[in-house]
Amino acid sequence: MPRKTIANFELEYLQIMDETGSVDQELMPKIEKERLKELYKTMLLARTFDTKLLALQRQGRIGTFPQATGQEAAAIGPAACLEKDDWYIPSYREFAGLFLRKMPLSNVILSFSGDERGNKNNSEYKNYPLTFPIGSQLPQATGIAMGMQLEKKKNVVVVYCGDGATSEGDFHESLNFASVTKAPIIFIVQNNQYAISTPIKLQTSSQTFAQKGIAYDIPSIKVDGNDTLAMFAATQEAIQRAKLHQGPTLIEAFTYRICDHTSADDAKRYRSEEELESWKKKDPLTRLKIYLEKENIWTDKDEQQTEKENEETIAKAIEEADALPAVTPEDMFQYMYEDMPDNLKEQLEDCKKFKKNE
Amino acid sequence: MAQAITQALEAEMQADEKVLVLGEDVGLNGGVFRATDGLQKTFGEQRVIDTPLAESGIIGTSVGLSIYGFKPVAEIQFSGFMYPGFNQLVTAAARLRNRTRGEFTIPLVVRMPYGGGIRALEHHSESMEALYAHIPGLKVVIPSSPKEAYGLLRAAIQDPDPVVFMEPKRIYRAIKEEVKEDQEPIPLGKAKITKEGDECTVIAYGAMHWVAQKAIAQLGYKYHIELIDLRTISPLDTETIIKSVKKTGRCVITHEAPRSYGVAAEIIAQINEKALYELQAPVERVTGYDTIMPYYQNETNYIPDEEKIVAAIERVMKE
Repeated sequence: MPRKTIANFELEYLQIMDETGSVDQELMPKIEKERLKELYKTMLLARTFDTKLLALQRQGRIGTFPQATGQEAAAIGPAACLEKDDWYIPSYREFAGLFLRKMPLSNVILSFSGDERGNKNNSEYKNYPLTFPIGSQLPQATGIAMGMQLEKKKNVVVVYCGDGATSEGDFHESLNFASVTKAPIIFIVQNNQYAISTPIKLQTSSQTFAQKGIAYDIPSIKVDGNDTLAMFAATQEAIQRAKLHQGPTLIEAFTYRICDHTSADDAKRYRSEEELESWKKKDPLTRLKIYLEKENIWTDKDEQQTEKENEETIAKAIEEADALPAVTPEDMFQYMYEDMPDNLKEQLEDCKKFKKNE
Repeated sequence: MAQAITQALEAEMQADEKVLVLGEDVGLNGGVFRATDGLQKTFGEQRVIDTPLAESGIIGTSVGLSIYGFKPVAEIQFSGFMYPGFNQLVTAAARLRNRTRGEFTIPLVVRMPYGGGIRALEHHSESMEALYAHIPGLKVVIPSSPKEAYGLLRAAIQDPDPVVFMEPKRIYRAIKEEVKEDQEPIPLGKAKITKEGDECTVIAYGAMHWVAQKAIAQLGYKYHIELIDLRTISPLDTETIIKSVKKTGRCVITHEAPRSYGVAAEIIAQINEKALYELQAPVERVTGYDTIMPYYQNETNYIPDEEKIVAAIERVMKE
């Protein structure tokens, strides 16, 4: 009875467009030129939005804000593969994907200025609000996908988490449920290499995050998360499988946040300047821009025009958010239950009596 | 106060090599509120441990380390993120002494910032101390100032049983006080009368003790108010409370946490059992509401302030 190998595993890494904007034509997914331009424009919008919101935070006009600079490709590539009735479930750095799926910018501004009204989807797309308890959206997303499976719908769920979330039980339970039920879900681990200050070497001893899917018999792949085309292609493949009832996929998007964890963080405490600079050279926007220019579908003039439009869009969104009447005590009470219980009615009266803000 | 916490951790780590600090971002980064700043430099990566991002793992391994003879001080980054670890706290930490008939003891401290008032994100502002106080086998401690934090945390670390140490983040930097290194630990389970009086007892803890002080200051010399800082939520110092209420005959209790099934409700039950006939007026509570802690724009409508406390004192004084 000799020992014998009973299983072997392999893991692929996918990059289609490198840092210089050169593309491997054999791997190039089918995507309209106009659509690619739209993705790039939305990424630019998310990038500018990031800068503007940080400025608003510094002025005290909004609260703590998690920036997403550097992670736009991982957010938008998968979003670009989805239909309206597919679900897009972000962690909290997927603004580019949410904007592509028509989430109003004013929603994000409201949420981060301490106003729950920003959490309402306000879009015909199935978008889920941001989730802050790390990884807790994963089983919820799996449940939605299980529902699609039960109702034999041709839809899929894309759900995000970070590298840190892979240490939570919720991550493993979700992968297991999804695999066992063959739920149509695509898990995207945005591996930006730090959970606040904690580097991946303290988070896991695994060589990759993608390989964690293999343990659950989930097709898994590591992708250049700064490569919009690779993120798009990997997600498309995963969606095809899901629609054939072949179950979930795990995509590790290898990326980097070219910003602090949030406006309350100082990444200089735990990351070197050299490391940051080396990742700025791999910027997901820069390479897509170079590619579009090479294809003769993008010029500096387009860039300037888009920047101008984006500035206007953001200014308008800020105005919209500002124009809403201030929150009231009722906002706190009215969504607690379908019917307000008597104790809450009594407490609401007390709250109104002592109302502070105007 | 964040600095006082670092000082207390340092003092206990110096005094006892079995004391460990572990949690997310507590090492190199010194904690998101810098409460463990510099400790890894002093005591090394073996004693100040940056853990993977997993609250169940943090609490569960702390239970194991405790069983093996260490004294872990686990940091949960925000109390709103505690819940994956709640299982380990309730099903193991709180029970093991009892279920092993005293063989396994869990000298664990779980530190976590809690409460509102700093315009934080969702899940970063709740006051859920009643959940922990309701669990038999846990102690729950909440300091009201830097000196209190220093003395109470040292006592919590020395305590042989699991202590949930909740830090009101609103006063991490709002209250400044010099903490001397030779300050003694403050015994757990003992409340402190921070102002003596004989007409009305006001009971508070954490950041609300500070708010209650301001409310009492607003009233000036109008009434002789006695103020009690609970310090330990569980076990409750019923003796100090009852003695005071018997003297004053009136009582107002305040906390930031939701109103129903809260700490104030338990204190009122104790007063009912032990001092009902000495009361001159129904006991009042000034609390948060039974709603989800709102995002920060509504925070000032949620968190009780001086005005509400003064109004409650006026109501009980009318009787």
